[in-house]
Amino acid sequence: MAKLDIILYPDERLKTECEPVEHFDAELKEFAEHLAETCASGPGAVGIAAPQVGLLKRVCIVDATKARRPVENHGHLILVNPEITAWDGYAVGREGCLSVPDYTGNVIRAEKIRLKAQDIHGKSLEFEMKGFEARIAQHELDHLNGILFLDRLVSRKADLFRRKK
Amino acid sequence: MTEDSTRGWKILTLLGEDRPGIVANVTQVLFGAGAELGEASMMRLGDQFAIMMMVRHAGDPVEIMGLLESLKKDLNLKVHIDEVETALHRHQDADVVISVHGADRPGIVAQVTQALADVGFNILDLRSDVAGTTDKPIYIMQIEGKARNGLDSIQRALASLPKDIEVVLHPIDMLRG
Repeated sequence: MAKLDIILYPDERLKTECEPVEHFDAELKEFAEHLAETCASGPGAVGIAAPQVGLLKRVCIVDATKARRPVENHGHLILVNPEITAWDGYAVGREGCLSVPDYTGNVIRAEKIRLKAQDIHGKSLEFEMKGFEARIAQHELDHLNGILFLDRLVSRKADLFRRKK
Repeated sequence: MTEDSTRGWKILTLLGEDRPGIVANVTQVLFGAGAELGEASMMRLGDQFAIMMMVRHAGDPVEIMGLLESLKKDLNLKVHIDEVETALHRHQDADVVISVHGADRPGIVAQVTQALADVGFNILDLRSDVAGTTDKPIYIMQIEGKARNGLDSIQRALASLPKDIEVVLHPIDMLRG
């Protein structure tokens, strides 16, 4: 495995919609391994998407096991052609991005999502995600559509948390 | 940005009665004189406009003051410049938000921030407002910072505050992806 170079905003590739994966071959498997290695070596990274290393294909990693405080999760996920099919609720949270060093900001995301995807062999996957894991998935899927968290920033004053309890 | 983005920054502070166009006017003059801007933060305090910004210009502070001289008169601004050792790319991520509110009274900020300082908390951002009505003012403050000795120590420190101050602490689960 090798760590890939992360491309940085304002690289145009980060603003480009990615193509679906059609061939679930050895090349895809190898790429996914490199992507996982790259994510693991990014400081504090809980996900990464293919365009962040310059490949404009619909592949990303969602790994809520790396959250600093433990959260509900489905493990280390490699998602191919992921698609969100349902959204519920919303929350403001603080995000940063490997492709936008030295900046964090508030972003509104759905609290719960249903997500369909394929694994690297082409097998169908379906997940119900909530909270931090759902936020990671939405951040990474945005990358596949050429959207950065910078496009979704809300005021620094926006309340970070729901008034619950 | 030039090669060495760490050197030569000055901090420019402007203060004056708020009105539309102050930032535009000031930055036009600076831009026109070849100055660079770094980080900046503006606020309104009462009806006063206040901004602090990192400025870099070949000239010394006296020269920068000279550039702003006529605007200073036109907009009735107070202008202040400090030469400091600072640089860009020195952001720190907060890991806690502390929201404070209560009936306004003297000492809220002092008590809350002393309790935080005692446990090594580093404040990275603080905003506070007096709201409510003139005869029943309330105080609202939001602090972000780094809990260098863990969340528990902060929680304990805040629990010892007078009960008329309501304090809510939330960790910030920062996502990087």
